[in-house]
Amino acid sequence: MPLDLLANVIIAGVLTGLVYGLMALGLSVIFGVVRVVNFAHGEMMTIAMYAAVLLFGAFRLDPFLAVLPVAAAFFAFGYALQAGLINPFITRPEHSQFILMVAVAIIMVNGLLIGFGPDARNVQTDYQLESIEIGKLLVDKARLYAAVVALAASALLFAFFRFASAGKAIRACADNHLGALVVGLRVKHLYALTFGLGSACVAIAGCMMILLVDVTPNLGPAYTLLAFVIVIVGGLGSMAGALLGGVLIGVSEALAGLLITPSAKSMFSFGLLILVLLFRPQGLLGRKA
Amino acid sequence: MSRRGIALLGGLAILLLALPGVANAYLLSVATLILYLAYVGQAWNVMMGFAGQLSLGHSLYVGVGAYAAASLFFHFGVGPWAGLWLAIALSVALGCAIGFLAFRFGISGVYFALLTIAFAEFVRIGFDHLQWTGGPGGLFLKVAQRDQIDLANFRGPPEMYYYAILCLAALAFAGCAWLLRTKAGYYWQAIRENEEAAQALGINTFRWKMLAVAISSAMTAVAGVFFAFYYNNLFPEQIFHISRSIEIILGPIIGGVGTLFGPILGAALLTLLSDGITEGLAAMGWEIPGVKHVFYGVVLLAVVLFLPNGIWPPIARRFGLRR
Repeated sequence: MPLDLLANVIIAGVLTGLVYGLMALGLSVIFGVVRVVNFAHGEMMTIAMYAAVLLFGAFRLDPFLAVLPVAAAFFAFGYALQAGLINPFITRPEHSQFILMVAVAIIMVNGLLIGFGPDARNVQTDYQLESIEIGKLLVDKARLYAAVVALAASALLFAFFRFASAGKAIRACADNHLGALVVGLRVKHLYALTFGLGSACVAIAGCMMILLVDVTPNLGPAYTLLAFVIVIVGGLGSMAGALLGGVLIGVSEALAGLLITPSAKSMFSFGLLILVLLFRPQGLLGRKA
Repeated sequence: MSRRGIALLGGLAILLLALPGVANAYLLSVATLILYLAYVGQAWNVMMGFAGQLSLGHSLYVGVGAYAAASLFFHFGVGPWAGLWLAIALSVALGCAIGFLAFRFGISGVYFALLTIAFAEFVRIGFDHLQWTGGPGGLFLKVAQRDQIDLANFRGPPEMYYYAILCLAALAFAGCAWLLRTKAGYYWQAIRENEEAAQALGINTFRWKMLAVAISSAMTAVAGVFFAFYYNNLFPEQIFHISRSIEIILGPIIGGVGTLFGPILGAALLTLLSDGITEGLAAMGWEIPGVKHVFYGVVLLAVVLFLPNGIWPPIARRFGLRR
């Protein structure tokens, strides 16, 4: 196997993995704070991808610009979903939350199916076919830019949780729910805010992903599972862990596609997940509970 | 059990026994599907409803059971009565492996649920690449003549399959009712309600959780064998898919987790709802793909919003029956 081919595949895996990481970051933030597993996460990802397709088709809006309106719309949607539907469920048993989110996911997938039909959609820009040459290495332009946007969005989110007072308040809620209530934080509002932020992450990841792959309505559940795998591997609730997990899964998928067969790539991811769950259940960067 | 409960059970039994005499082929297939889902739901309920371990990967046991018996029959002509034991053995071994790994390492709740999904997906993709069982192209059993009953090979008319699954569902119901009154049943409920307290009382929670997983996976494997010989074709993409696991657990959750009648009621309501929506949409001429499932999702949402404990508990209370 030529070494530069291997290097190219690994670089592509890292770059795609960063976009995966941003998607998983949304899930991680939501679970880390609200303690509800968003089983509709991948479905939200596909909706964002369709939104980018729609905006591109209607206004020739480049997915890099579509990020802004789509993320804003997803933030509002996520806020409303948490405030209206999920908040009453935070004290209910896990299987009850699970059915709630599954119902939401079923409605989303099939809503897309009604609206767009089962065929694959994509966007076609000039730069998707271009690549940058660095020595012997070839890097797809679109993939590189997508990864840069994903990193920037993650950095913004890090900064928000580190420095903004709302971000600190959300972290307080995650650390101690009762304590947050006692000091007078509006916990339900903060939960909704968190869900909105998590949704915005998915929106950005979706707009970037449409530059790399085609979208069909049935892609939703696969992305949901992918996001879970990444978050568990990296460590639920750890933001850096989500990015690390994304990169790991991106590289392992790319390598499995090159070395074995593309259809077995998720077997690798699930194998990795099982190993991590067994030997480091809190995830690579997670803290022990 | 109260006199009312016995009367209700008796009435239901007579109705179900007499059904093939009055129902047409379509109704019989719907009834078979309901009983199948009721049976698997009952099996899942042993793990979740009794012992409190949330499995989202029960399609794994259905699929492994189905493939074990079907490939023995397909390759070596071994009938399902022998294949059944291989199916059960494989499923229990897998279930115990998952349970052992999870419970030993203290994995529970959401993490346990995700581990069960991961195993199911792992095995699904494995079967996709296993040429011996047909890979993604599927495994097909020869459809036998439908008018004569061949019990040794479990081939026969739809009525035979109906009575077989009715028998299984009834056995599962009786078995679960009995299990709940055994020592294991009480230990499970203690673990479900508060594992730490159960442990403090000296219950070896690891052992009893493993027992729940073993019983549940064995029961589910039997359903897999039935599935293989009833439908005659198996595809990894379908039988192991996570939507199959969701289908299995919706019945008991909608009906009422941990109750005996919940899985049956839930399976019946959801199947009738799904078929009713199909018929209704066809009558109105709205046959767009996806519309049916949107309705289904909305109903699911409504049930989980307004009847958080499921449909059976309030009915049981209203009529003064035991849950």
